[in-house]
Amino acid sequence: MMPRWFHSLLAGLVGLVLAAPILVVAGVSLNAKRSLDFPPKGLSLAWYAEIFTDPGWRGALITSLVVAVLSAALAVAIAFPLAWFIWRWRAPWARAFEVLGMTPFILPPVITALGFLSFWATFDQYGEPWTVVVSHAVFFVTLPLVTLSLGFGAVDRSYVEAASTMGADDRTVLRTVVMPLVRPYVISGFAFAFVLSLNEYIVAYMVAGFTLETLPIKIFNALRYGYTPTMASVTVLFVLLTAAVFGLIARFGDLPRLLGAWVRQD
Amino acid sequence: MIRRAPRSLAEHAPILFPALMLIVFFVIPFGLMIAVSVARRIPGGFYEPDFVFANYERFLTAFFGGVLSFSLELAALVAAVAVGIGFPFTYRLARLPRAAQVRWLVFLLSILSLSEVIIGFAWSTLLSRTAGITNLLVAVGLMAEPQSLSPSFGALLAGMVYQAFPYTVLVLYPALARLDPALVEASRTLGASPVKAFFTVVVPSQRNTIVATLIMAFVFALGSYLLPQLLGRPQHWTLSVLITDQAIYQSNMPFAAAMAVFLVLVSLALVGLALLAGRKEEA
Repeated sequence: MMPRWFHSLLAGLVGLVLAAPILVVAGVSLNAKRSLDFPPKGLSLAWYAEIFTDPGWRGALITSLVVAVLSAALAVAIAFPLAWFIWRWRAPWARAFEVLGMTPFILPPVITALGFLSFWATFDQYGEPWTVVVSHAVFFVTLPLVTLSLGFGAVDRSYVEAASTMGADDRTVLRTVVMPLVRPYVISGFAFAFVLSLNEYIVAYMVAGFTLETLPIKIFNALRYGYTPTMASVTVLFVLLTAAVFGLIARFGDLPRLLGAWVRQD
Repeated sequence: MIRRAPRSLAEHAPILFPALMLIVFFVIPFGLMIAVSVARRIPGGFYEPDFVFANYERFLTAFFGGVLSFSLELAALVAAVAVGIGFPFTYRLARLPRAAQVRWLVFLLSILSLSEVIIGFAWSTLLSRTAGITNLLVAVGLMAEPQSLSPSFGALLAGMVYQAFPYTVLVLYPALARLDPALVEASRTLGASPVKAFFTVVVPSQRNTIVATLIMAFVFALGSYLLPQLLGRPQHWTLSVLITDQAIYQSNMPFAAAMAVFLVLVSLALVGLALLAGRKEEA
Protein backbone atom coordinates (compact mmCIF):
# COMPACT_ATOMS: atom_id res chain seq x y z
CA MET A 1 0.00 0.00 0.00
CA MET A 2 1.89 3.00 -1.34
CA PRO A 3 0.72 6.49 -0.34
CA ARG A 4 -2.64 7.37 -1.85
CA TRP A 5 -1.36 10.40 -3.77
CA PHE A 6 1.25 8.23 -5.49
CA HIS A 7 -1.39 5.81 -6.73
CA SER A 8 -3.70 8.59 -7.88
CA LEU A 9 -0.81 10.17 -9.77
CA LEU A 10 0.15 6.83 -11.32
CA ALA A 11 -3.45 6.05 -12.32
CA GLY A 12 -3.85 9.54 -13.77
CA LEU A 13 -0.64 9.26 -15.79
CA VAL A 14 -1.47 5.76 -17.04
CA GLY A 15 -4.96 6.91 -18.06
CA LEU A 16 -3.51 9.93 -19.85
CA VAL A 17 -0.87 7.95 -21.77
CA LEU A 18 -3.39 5.23 -22.69
CA ALA A 19 -5.87 7.83 -23.95
CA ALA A 20 -3.39 10.21 -25.63
CA PRO A 21 -2.91 8.44 -28.99
CA ILE A 22 -6.67 7.94 -29.33
CA LEU A 23 -7.40 11.58 -28.44
CA VAL A 24 -4.90 12.87 -31.01
CA VAL A 25 -6.36 10.57 -33.67
CA ALA A 26 -9.87 11.78 -32.73
CA GLY A 27 -8.65 15.37 -33.17
CA VAL A 28 -7.06 14.58 -36.52
CA SER A 29 -10.29 12.96 -37.73
CA LEU A 30 -12.06 16.34 -37.45
CA ASN A 31 -9.77 18.24 -39.86
CA ALA A 32 -11.66 20.24 -42.47
CA LYS A 33 -9.04 19.65 -45.16
CA ARG A 34 -7.21 16.50 -46.21
CA SER A 35 -4.43 16.93 -43.67
CA LEU A 36 -3.32 15.30 -40.45
CA ASP A 37 -3.06 18.37 -38.23
CA PHE A 38 -3.54 18.47 -34.50
CA PRO A 39 -5.17 20.55 -33.18
CA PRO A 40 -7.43 20.18 -36.26
CA LYS A 41 -7.62 23.08 -38.69
CA GLY A 42 -11.32 23.74 -39.11
CA LEU A 43 -13.96 21.29 -37.93
CA SER A 44 -15.79 18.81 -40.10
CA LEU A 45 -17.42 15.41 -39.82
CA ALA A 46 -16.86 14.74 -43.51
CA TRP A 47 -14.30 11.99 -42.79
CA TYR A 48 -16.89 10.08 -40.78
CA ALA A 49 -19.36 10.37 -43.64
CA GLU A 50 -16.68 9.07 -46.01
CA ILE A 51 -16.53 5.73 -44.17
CA PHE A 52 -20.09 5.09 -45.33
CA THR A 53 -20.10 6.89 -48.69
CA ASP A 54 -16.74 5.73 -50.06
CA PRO A 55 -17.28 2.24 -51.53
CA GLY A 56 -13.78 1.10 -50.50
CA TRP A 57 -14.15 1.95 -46.82
CA ARG A 58 -17.78 0.86 -46.65
CA GLY A 59 -16.92 -2.46 -48.28
CA ALA A 60 -14.08 -3.06 -45.84
CA LEU A 61 -16.33 -2.23 -42.89
CA ILE A 62 -19.03 -4.65 -44.08
CA THR A 63 -16.45 -7.37 -44.80
CA SER A 64 -15.00 -6.98 -41.29
CA LEU A 65 -18.42 -7.12 -39.64
CA VAL A 66 -19.50 -10.20 -41.61
CA VAL A 67 -16.23 -12.04 -40.91
CA ALA A 68 -16.41 -11.10 -37.20
CA VAL A 69 -20.04 -12.23 -36.74
CA LEU A 70 -19.56 -15.53 -38.60
CA SER A 71 -16.24 -16.42 -37.00
CA ALA A 72 -17.43 -15.53 -33.48
CA ALA A 73 -20.52 -17.70 -34.03
CA LEU A 74 -18.37 -20.60 -35.26
CA ALA A 75 -15.98 -20.15 -32.33
CA VAL A 76 -18.90 -20.43 -29.90
CA ALA A 77 -20.21 -23.46 -31.82
CA ILE A 78 -16.83 -25.17 -31.31
CA ALA A 79 -16.37 -24.07 -27.69
CA PHE A 80 -19.86 -24.78 -26.36
CA PRO A 81 -20.06 -28.58 -26.90
CA LEU A 82 -16.43 -28.94 -25.77
CA ALA A 83 -16.94 -27.00 -22.53
CA TRP A 84 -20.26 -28.78 -21.92
CA PHE A 85 -18.73 -32.22 -22.51
CA ILE A 86 -15.90 -31.56 -20.04
CA TRP A 87 -18.43 -30.35 -17.47
CA ARG A 88 -20.96 -33.14 -18.07
CA TRP A 89 -18.72 -36.20 -18.27
CA ARG A 90 -15.74 -37.43 -16.32
CA ALA A 91 -13.30 -37.57 -19.22
CA PRO A 92 -9.82 -36.28 -18.36
CA TRP A 93 -8.61 -36.95 -21.92
CA ALA A 94 -11.01 -34.28 -23.20
CA ARG A 95 -8.88 -31.69 -21.40
CA ALA A 96 -6.30 -32.18 -24.15
CA PHE A 97 -8.73 -30.50 -26.56
CA GLU A 98 -9.22 -27.67 -24.10
CA VAL A 99 -5.45 -27.10 -24.00
CA LEU A 100 -5.42 -27.27 -27.80
CA GLY A 101 -8.10 -24.57 -27.89
CA MET A 102 -6.07 -22.32 -25.56
CA THR A 103 -2.78 -22.61 -27.45
CA PRO A 104 -3.30 -20.37 -30.50
CA PHE A 105 -4.12 -17.44 -28.26
CA ILE A 106 -0.93 -17.72 -26.19
CA LEU A 107 1.53 -18.24 -29.06
CA PRO A 108 2.74 -15.26 -31.12
CA PRO A 109 -0.02 -14.66 -33.72
CA VAL A 110 2.37 -14.83 -36.65
CA ILE A 111 2.82 -18.56 -35.96
CA THR A 112 -0.89 -19.35 -36.24
CA ALA A 113 -1.05 -17.14 -39.33
CA LEU A 114 1.79 -19.03 -40.99
CA GLY A 115 0.24 -22.38 -40.04
CA PHE A 116 -3.01 -21.39 -41.74
CA LEU A 117 -1.14 -20.06 -44.76
CA SER A 118 0.63 -23.44 -45.20
CA PHE A 119 -2.66 -25.27 -44.65
CA TRP A 120 -4.86 -23.36 -47.10
CA ALA A 121 -2.08 -23.22 -49.69
CA THR A 122 -1.62 -27.01 -49.47
CA PHE A 123 -5.33 -27.61 -50.01
CA ASP A 124 -5.50 -25.00 -52.75
CA GLN A 125 -7.96 -22.77 -50.92
CA TYR A 126 -5.52 -19.87 -50.44
CA GLY A 127 -7.31 -16.55 -50.83
CA GLU A 128 -10.87 -17.89 -50.49
CA PRO A 129 -12.86 -15.47 -48.27
CA TRP A 130 -14.47 -18.25 -46.18
CA THR A 131 -11.06 -19.47 -45.05
CA VAL A 132 -10.70 -16.25 -43.02
CA VAL A 133 -13.89 -17.11 -41.10
CA VAL A 134 -12.66 -20.62 -40.22
CA SER A 135 -9.16 -19.35 -39.37
CA HIS A 136 -10.49 -16.61 -37.07
CA ALA A 137 -12.91 -19.03 -35.40
CA VAL A 138 -10.11 -21.45 -34.51
CA PHE A 139 -7.71 -18.62 -33.62
CA PHE A 140 -10.19 -17.03 -31.19
CA VAL A 141 -11.92 -20.18 -29.87
CA THR A 142 -9.93 -19.60 -26.65
CA LEU A 143 -12.22 -16.76 -25.58
CA PRO A 144 -15.63 -18.51 -25.59
CA LEU A 145 -13.84 -21.60 -24.22
CA VAL A 146 -12.60 -19.62 -21.19
CA THR A 147 -15.90 -17.83 -20.54
CA LEU A 148 -17.92 -21.04 -20.99
CA SER A 149 -15.67 -23.07 -18.69
CA LEU A 150 -16.26 -20.39 -16.06
CA GLY A 151 -19.98 -20.42 -16.86
CA PHE A 152 -20.43 -24.20 -16.52
CA GLY A 153 -18.24 -24.14 -13.41
CA ALA A 154 -20.67 -21.69 -11.83
CA VAL A 155 -23.75 -23.91 -12.40
CA ASP A 156 -24.96 -25.35 -9.11
CA ARG A 157 -25.06 -29.12 -9.67
CA SER A 158 -27.91 -29.56 -7.22
CA TYR A 159 -30.30 -27.91 -9.73
CA VAL A 160 -29.18 -30.46 -12.28
CA GLU A 161 -29.63 -33.31 -9.79
CA ALA A 162 -33.13 -32.04 -9.00
CA ALA A 163 -34.09 -31.88 -12.67
CA SER A 164 -32.79 -35.34 -13.50
CA THR A 165 -34.40 -36.88 -10.40
CA MET A 166 -37.69 -35.53 -11.71
CA GLY A 167 -37.02 -37.44 -14.90
CA ALA A 168 -35.48 -34.88 -17.24
CA ASP A 169 -32.99 -36.32 -19.73
CA ASP A 170 -29.68 -34.61 -20.67
CA ARG A 171 -31.24 -32.63 -23.47
CA THR A 172 -34.07 -31.28 -21.30
CA VAL A 173 -31.66 -30.42 -18.47
CA LEU A 174 -29.44 -28.56 -20.91
CA ARG A 175 -32.33 -26.63 -22.43
CA THR A 176 -34.31 -25.77 -19.32
CA VAL A 177 -31.74 -25.55 -16.52
CA VAL A 178 -28.18 -25.16 -17.79
CA MET A 179 -28.71 -22.96 -20.83
CA PRO A 180 -30.44 -20.08 -19.00
CA LEU A 181 -27.63 -20.09 -16.42
CA VAL A 182 -24.76 -20.03 -18.90
CA ARG A 183 -26.36 -17.69 -21.45
CA PRO A 184 -24.45 -14.57 -20.22
CA TYR A 185 -21.19 -16.50 -20.66
CA VAL A 186 -22.14 -17.54 -24.20
CA ILE A 187 -22.87 -13.92 -25.05
CA SER A 188 -19.63 -12.57 -23.55
CA GLY A 189 -17.59 -15.31 -25.25
CA PHE A 190 -19.19 -14.35 -28.55
CA ALA A 191 -18.57 -10.66 -27.90
CA PHE A 192 -14.88 -11.17 -27.03
CA ALA A 193 -14.30 -13.23 -30.18
CA PHE A 194 -16.29 -10.72 -32.27
CA VAL A 195 -14.25 -7.71 -31.14
CA LEU A 196 -10.90 -9.46 -31.58
CA SER A 197 -11.81 -10.75 -35.04
CA LEU A 198 -12.86 -7.23 -36.02
CA ASN A 199 -9.39 -5.95 -35.07
CA GLU A 200 -7.34 -8.89 -36.30
CA TYR A 201 -4.80 -8.23 -39.04
CA ILE A 202 -2.06 -10.81 -39.53
CA VAL A 203 -4.12 -14.00 -39.90
CA ALA A 204 -6.62 -12.33 -42.24
CA TYR A 205 -3.77 -10.83 -44.23
CA MET A 206 -1.78 -14.04 -44.61
CA VAL A 207 -4.81 -16.16 -45.42
CA ALA A 208 -6.62 -13.90 -47.88
CA GLY A 209 -4.93 -10.50 -47.84
CA PHE A 210 -4.85 -10.23 -51.60
CA THR A 211 -8.50 -11.01 -52.21
CA LEU A 212 -10.32 -9.86 -49.10
CA GLU A 213 -9.95 -6.41 -47.56
CA THR A 214 -10.98 -6.18 -43.91
CA LEU A 215 -10.77 -2.82 -42.17
CA PRO A 216 -7.39 -3.37 -40.48
CA ILE A 217 -5.96 -4.52 -43.85
CA LYS A 218 -7.49 -1.48 -45.54
CA ILE A 219 -5.99 0.86 -42.90
CA PHE A 220 -2.57 -0.77 -43.30
CA ASN A 221 -2.71 -0.48 -47.09
CA ALA A 222 -3.79 3.14 -46.76
CA LEU A 223 -0.82 3.77 -44.43
CA ARG A 224 1.54 2.73 -47.18
CA TYR A 225 -0.03 4.87 -49.89
CA GLY A 226 -0.35 8.10 -47.94
CA TYR A 227 -2.39 9.17 -44.97
CA THR A 228 -5.95 10.45 -45.12
CA PRO A 229 -8.11 11.61 -42.20
CA THR A 230 -10.52 8.76 -43.02
CA MET A 231 -8.04 6.40 -41.36
CA ALA A 232 -8.42 8.50 -38.24
CA SER A 233 -12.22 8.50 -38.36
CA VAL A 234 -12.30 4.73 -38.93
CA THR A 235 -9.96 4.27 -35.96
CA VAL A 236 -12.24 6.35 -33.73
CA LEU A 237 -15.27 4.36 -34.94
CA PHE A 238 -13.45 1.11 -34.08
CA VAL A 239 -12.41 2.30 -30.63
CA LEU A 240 -16.00 3.35 -29.86
CA LEU A 241 -17.42 0.06 -31.17
CA THR A 242 -14.91 -1.94 -29.11
CA ALA A 243 -15.56 0.07 -25.95
CA ALA A 244 -19.33 -0.25 -26.49
CA VAL A 245 -19.12 -4.06 -26.74
CA PHE A 246 -17.04 -4.33 -23.55
CA GLY A 247 -19.33 -1.82 -21.87
CA LEU A 248 -22.27 -4.11 -22.67
CA ILE A 249 -20.44 -7.17 -21.33
CA ALA A 250 -19.74 -5.23 -18.13
CA ARG A 251 -23.36 -4.07 -17.96
CA PHE A 252 -24.91 -7.54 -18.33
CA GLY A 253 -22.13 -9.77 -17.02
CA ASP A 254 -19.66 -9.89 -14.18
CA LEU A 255 -16.51 -8.48 -15.77
CA PRO A 256 -14.17 -8.80 -12.75
CA ARG A 257 -15.21 -12.45 -12.39
CA LEU A 258 -14.75 -13.13 -16.12
CA LEU A 259 -11.24 -11.73 -15.75
CA GLY A 260 -10.41 -13.96 -12.81
CA ALA A 261 -11.18 -12.06 -9.59
CA TRP A 262 -13.14 -13.89 -6.88
CA VAL A 263 -16.82 -13.14 -6.64
CA ARG A 264 -17.43 -10.65 -3.87
CA GLN A 265 -19.57 -12.14 -1.14
CA ASP A 266 -21.33 -8.83 -0.32
CA MET B 1 -27.41 -37.09 -13.76
CA ILE B 2 -24.37 -39.05 -12.72
CA ARG B 3 -20.98 -37.69 -13.68
CA ARG B 4 -19.14 -40.75 -14.95
CA ALA B 5 -16.99 -41.60 -17.95
CA PRO B 6 -18.91 -41.47 -21.23
CA ARG B 7 -19.49 -44.96 -22.71
CA SER B 8 -21.67 -45.12 -25.80
CA LEU B 9 -21.04 -43.41 -29.10
CA ALA B 10 -24.07 -41.19 -28.47
CA GLU B 11 -22.50 -39.93 -25.26
CA HIS B 12 -19.29 -39.10 -27.09
CA ALA B 13 -21.09 -37.41 -29.99
CA PRO B 14 -21.06 -33.81 -28.67
CA ILE B 15 -17.27 -33.63 -28.58
CA LEU B 16 -16.88 -34.89 -32.16
CA PHE B 17 -17.39 -31.53 -33.86
CA PRO B 18 -15.05 -29.45 -31.64
CA ALA B 19 -12.40 -32.19 -31.64
CA LEU B 20 -12.56 -32.49 -35.41
CA MET B 21 -12.37 -28.72 -35.94
CA LEU B 22 -9.35 -28.35 -33.64
CA ILE B 23 -7.52 -31.29 -35.18
CA VAL B 24 -8.21 -30.35 -38.80
CA PHE B 25 -7.71 -26.60 -38.46
CA PHE B 26 -5.06 -26.38 -35.77
CA VAL B 27 -3.06 -29.60 -35.39
CA ILE B 28 -2.80 -30.29 -39.13
CA PRO B 29 -1.75 -26.71 -40.05
CA PHE B 30 0.91 -26.97 -37.34
CA GLY B 31 2.15 -30.27 -38.70
CA LEU B 32 2.19 -28.84 -42.21
CA MET B 33 4.24 -25.89 -41.03
CA ILE B 34 6.81 -28.26 -39.53
CA ALA B 35 6.85 -30.22 -42.80
CA VAL B 36 7.35 -27.03 -44.79
CA SER B 37 10.24 -26.03 -42.51
CA VAL B 38 12.25 -29.03 -43.72
CA ALA B 39 11.11 -28.72 -47.35
CA ARG B 40 13.52 -27.71 -50.08
CA ARG B 41 13.02 -24.30 -51.58
CA ILE B 42 12.86 -23.98 -55.34
CA PRO B 43 13.96 -20.51 -56.43
CA GLY B 44 10.96 -18.61 -57.73
CA GLY B 45 8.74 -19.00 -54.72
CA PHE B 46 7.79 -22.66 -54.48
CA TYR B 47 9.01 -25.56 -52.43
CA GLU B 48 8.92 -29.32 -52.70
CA PRO B 49 8.64 -31.88 -49.92
CA ASP B 50 12.01 -33.02 -48.68
CA PHE B 51 13.87 -33.55 -45.46
CA VAL B 52 16.64 -30.98 -45.36
CA PHE B 53 17.85 -28.75 -42.58
CA ALA B 54 19.11 -26.00 -44.88
CA ASN B 55 16.41 -23.64 -43.60
CA TYR B 56 17.53 -24.19 -40.03
CA GLU B 57 21.17 -23.75 -40.96
CA ARG B 58 20.43 -20.14 -41.85
CA PHE B 59 19.93 -19.54 -38.11
CA LEU B 60 23.71 -19.65 -37.83
CA THR B 61 24.19 -16.50 -39.94
CA ALA B 62 25.16 -13.22 -38.30
CA PHE B 63 22.07 -11.54 -39.74
CA PHE B 64 19.66 -13.96 -38.09
CA GLY B 65 21.66 -13.81 -34.85
CA GLY B 66 21.36 -10.03 -34.88
CA VAL B 67 17.59 -10.09 -35.43
CA LEU B 68 17.11 -12.77 -32.78
CA SER B 69 19.15 -11.02 -30.09
CA PHE B 70 17.46 -7.68 -30.86
CA SER B 71 14.00 -9.32 -30.63
CA LEU B 72 14.81 -10.94 -27.29
CA GLU B 73 16.32 -7.76 -25.80
CA LEU B 74 13.42 -5.62 -26.99
CA ALA B 75 10.82 -8.06 -25.65
CA ALA B 76 12.67 -8.22 -22.31
CA LEU B 77 12.79 -4.43 -22.06
CA VAL B 78 9.09 -4.10 -22.96
CA ALA B 79 8.15 -6.76 -20.39
CA ALA B 80 10.23 -5.11 -17.66
CA VAL B 81 8.74 -1.65 -18.25
CA ALA B 82 5.17 -3.00 -18.55
CA VAL B 83 5.41 -5.03 -15.32
CA GLY B 84 7.29 -2.22 -13.52
CA ILE B 85 4.42 0.19 -14.13
CA GLY B 86 1.69 -2.44 -14.24
CA PHE B 87 2.31 -4.03 -10.84
CA PRO B 88 1.73 -0.99 -8.59
CA PHE B 89 -1.06 0.11 -10.94
CA THR B 90 -2.89 -3.25 -10.79
CA TYR B 91 -2.39 -3.46 -7.03
CA ARG B 92 -4.26 -0.18 -6.67
CA LEU B 93 -6.82 -1.10 -9.36
CA ALA B 94 -7.83 -4.26 -7.49
CA ARG B 95 -8.56 -2.14 -4.40
CA LEU B 96 -10.80 0.42 -6.08
CA PRO B 97 -14.60 0.35 -5.59
CA ARG B 98 -16.21 -2.17 -7.92
CA ALA B 99 -17.78 0.37 -10.30
CA ALA B 100 -14.44 2.14 -10.81
CA GLN B 101 -12.71 -1.22 -11.38
CA VAL B 102 -15.22 -2.12 -14.08
CA ARG B 103 -14.71 1.22 -15.84
CA TRP B 104 -10.91 0.68 -15.87
CA LEU B 105 -11.32 -2.93 -17.07
CA VAL B 106 -13.53 -1.83 -19.99
CA PHE B 107 -10.95 0.82 -20.90
CA LEU B 108 -8.02 -1.63 -20.67
CA LEU B 109 -9.84 -4.35 -22.64
CA SER B 110 -10.66 -1.83 -25.37
CA ILE B 111 -7.00 -0.83 -25.73
CA LEU B 112 -5.94 -4.48 -25.61
CA SER B 113 -8.24 -5.49 -28.47
CA LEU B 114 -7.14 -2.64 -30.71
CA SER B 115 -5.54 -3.80 -33.93
CA GLU B 116 -1.77 -3.38 -34.12
CA VAL B 117 -2.46 -1.40 -37.28
CA ILE B 118 -4.51 1.08 -35.26
CA ILE B 119 -1.98 1.30 -32.41
CA GLY B 120 0.83 1.87 -34.91
CA PHE B 121 -1.16 4.51 -36.78
CA ALA B 122 -2.22 6.27 -33.55
CA TRP B 123 1.34 6.40 -32.17
CA SER B 124 2.88 7.54 -35.42
CA THR B 125 0.28 10.35 -35.45
CA LEU B 126 1.01 11.21 -31.81
CA LEU B 127 4.72 11.42 -32.61
CA SER B 128 4.39 13.08 -36.01
CA ARG B 129 5.51 16.58 -36.93
CA THR B 130 2.08 17.94 -37.88
CA ALA B 131 -0.05 16.47 -35.10
CA GLY B 132 2.43 15.28 -32.54
CA ILE B 133 3.37 16.15 -28.98
CA THR B 134 6.30 18.30 -30.12
CA ASN B 135 3.67 20.89 -31.12
CA LEU B 136 2.75 21.02 -27.44
CA LEU B 137 6.39 21.60 -26.49
CA VAL B 138 6.63 24.37 -29.09
CA ALA B 139 3.44 25.96 -27.73
CA VAL B 140 4.84 26.16 -24.20
CA GLY B 141 8.17 27.43 -25.51
CA LEU B 142 10.39 24.43 -24.76
CA MET B 143 11.14 23.76 -28.44
CA ALA B 144 11.68 26.01 -31.43
CA GLU B 145 10.26 23.82 -34.22
CA PRO B 146 7.91 20.84 -34.17
CA GLN B 147 9.69 17.69 -35.28
CA SER B 148 8.91 14.07 -36.00
CA LEU B 149 9.85 11.56 -33.29
CA SER B 150 9.00 8.48 -35.32
CA PRO B 151 10.39 6.17 -36.65
CA SER B 152 12.89 5.62 -33.87
CA PHE B 153 13.72 3.10 -31.17
CA GLY B 154 11.97 5.27 -28.58
CA ALA B 155 8.78 5.35 -30.67
CA LEU B 156 8.87 1.57 -31.08
CA LEU B 157 9.43 1.02 -27.35
CA ALA B 158 6.56 3.39 -26.46
CA GLY B 159 4.18 1.67 -28.90
CA MET B 160 5.07 -1.82 -27.69
CA VAL B 161 4.76 -0.94 -24.00
CA TYR B 162 1.40 0.66 -24.83
CA GLN B 163 0.30 -2.59 -26.46
CA ALA B 164 1.66 -4.87 -23.71
CA PHE B 165 0.49 -2.80 -20.72
CA PRO B 166 -3.23 -3.78 -20.71
CA TYR B 167 -2.24 -7.43 -21.21
CA THR B 168 0.18 -7.24 -18.27
CA VAL B 169 -2.47 -5.67 -16.04
CA LEU B 170 -5.02 -8.35 -16.94
CA VAL B 171 -2.51 -11.15 -16.24
CA LEU B 172 -1.67 -9.61 -12.84
CA TYR B 173 -5.27 -8.79 -11.96
CA PRO B 174 -6.52 -12.20 -10.68
CA ALA B 175 -3.57 -12.69 -8.31
CA LEU B 176 -3.68 -9.14 -6.96
CA ALA B 177 -7.49 -9.16 -6.63
CA ARG B 178 -7.18 -12.25 -4.42
CA LEU B 179 -4.33 -10.91 -2.28
CA ASP B 180 -5.29 -11.13 1.38
CA PRO B 181 -5.62 -7.54 2.72
CA ALA B 182 -4.80 -8.82 6.23
CA LEU B 183 -1.13 -9.14 5.15
CA VAL B 184 -0.74 -5.42 4.60
CA GLU B 185 -2.91 -4.50 7.58
CA ALA B 186 -0.69 -6.58 9.84
CA SER B 187 2.49 -4.90 8.65
CA ARG B 188 0.90 -1.46 8.94
CA THR B 189 -0.23 -2.22 12.51
CA LEU B 190 3.32 -3.23 13.30
CA GLY B 191 4.46 0.20 12.18
CA ALA B 192 5.61 -0.23 8.57
CA SER B 193 5.10 2.81 6.33
CA PRO B 194 2.88 2.28 3.26
CA VAL B 195 5.95 2.26 0.98
CA LYS B 196 7.75 -0.19 3.22
CA ALA B 197 4.69 -2.43 3.45
CA PHE B 198 4.41 -2.47 -0.35
CA PHE B 199 8.04 -3.41 -0.93
CA THR B 200 8.60 -5.75 2.02
CA VAL B 201 5.20 -7.52 2.14
CA VAL B 202 3.24 -7.19 -1.11
CA VAL B 203 6.10 -7.51 -3.61
CA PRO B 204 7.82 -10.53 -1.97
CA SER B 205 4.50 -12.34 -1.46
CA GLN B 206 3.85 -12.00 -5.21
CA ARG B 207 7.34 -12.92 -6.40
CA ASN B 208 6.17 -15.88 -8.49
CA THR B 209 3.26 -13.91 -9.95
CA ILE B 210 5.73 -11.24 -11.01
CA VAL B 211 8.06 -13.79 -12.63
CA ALA B 212 5.13 -15.47 -14.43
CA THR B 213 3.80 -12.11 -15.65
CA LEU B 214 7.23 -11.01 -16.88
CA ILE B 215 7.44 -14.18 -18.97
CA MET B 216 3.90 -13.81 -20.35
CA ALA B 217 4.52 -10.16 -21.25
CA PHE B 218 7.81 -11.21 -22.88
CA VAL B 219 6.07 -13.80 -25.09
CA PHE B 220 3.35 -11.26 -25.89
CA ALA B 221 5.96 -8.69 -26.94
CA LEU B 222 7.76 -11.30 -29.09
CA GLY B 223 4.53 -11.55 -31.10
CA SER B 224 4.45 -7.91 -32.14
CA TYR B 225 4.67 -7.97 -35.96
CA LEU B 226 3.55 -4.56 -37.21
CA LEU B 227 4.79 -1.98 -34.74
CA PRO B 228 8.49 -2.55 -35.64
CA GLN B 229 7.55 -1.79 -39.26
CA LEU B 230 5.37 1.22 -38.47
CA LEU B 231 7.32 2.84 -35.62
CA GLY B 232 10.87 1.50 -36.02
CA ARG B 233 13.59 1.54 -38.65
CA PRO B 234 14.69 -1.53 -40.62
CA GLN B 235 17.36 -2.32 -38.00
CA HIS B 236 14.51 -2.60 -35.46
CA TRP B 237 12.82 -5.49 -37.24
CA THR B 238 12.04 -8.41 -34.97
CA LEU B 239 11.72 -12.14 -35.56
CA SER B 240 7.93 -11.84 -36.08
CA VAL B 241 8.46 -9.18 -38.76
CA LEU B 242 11.15 -11.28 -40.44
CA ILE B 243 8.81 -14.31 -40.55
CA THR B 244 6.04 -12.24 -42.18
CA ASP B 245 8.51 -10.70 -44.61
CA GLN B 246 10.01 -14.06 -45.67
CA ALA B 247 6.58 -15.68 -46.07
CA ILE B 248 4.79 -12.92 -47.96
CA TYR B 249 7.32 -10.67 -49.70
CA GLN B 250 10.31 -12.97 -50.22
CA SER B 251 8.09 -16.01 -50.90
CA ASN B 252 10.48 -18.15 -48.87
CA MET B 253 7.98 -20.29 -46.98
CA PRO B 254 10.48 -22.94 -45.81
CA PHE B 255 12.71 -20.39 -44.07
CA ALA B 256 9.68 -18.57 -42.60
CA ALA B 257 8.33 -21.90 -41.32
CA ALA B 258 11.68 -22.86 -39.80
CA MET B 259 11.79 -19.56 -37.91
CA ALA B 260 8.17 -20.03 -36.82
CA VAL B 261 8.92 -23.52 -35.47
CA PHE B 262 11.83 -22.03 -33.55
CA LEU B 263 9.56 -19.27 -32.16
CA VAL B 264 6.97 -21.90 -31.10
CA LEU B 265 9.59 -23.85 -29.17
CA VAL B 266 10.90 -20.73 -27.42
CA SER B 267 7.36 -19.53 -26.59
CA LEU B 268 6.10 -22.90 -25.36
CA ALA B 269 9.16 -23.38 -23.16
CA LEU B 270 8.66 -19.92 -21.65
CA VAL B 271 4.90 -20.39 -21.14
CA GLY B 272 5.66 -23.71 -19.43
CA LEU B 273 8.05 -21.89 -17.09
CA ALA B 274 5.40 -19.23 -16.41
CA LEU B 275 2.79 -21.88 -15.54
CA LEU B 276 5.28 -23.53 -13.20
CA ALA B 277 6.03 -20.22 -11.46
CA GLY B 278 2.30 -19.46 -11.21
CA ARG B 279 1.53 -22.88 -9.74
CA LYS B 280 4.11 -22.46 -6.96
CA GLU B 281 2.21 -19.39 -5.80
CA GLU B 282 -1.03 -21.30 -5.35
CA ALA B 283 0.55 -24.18 -3.46
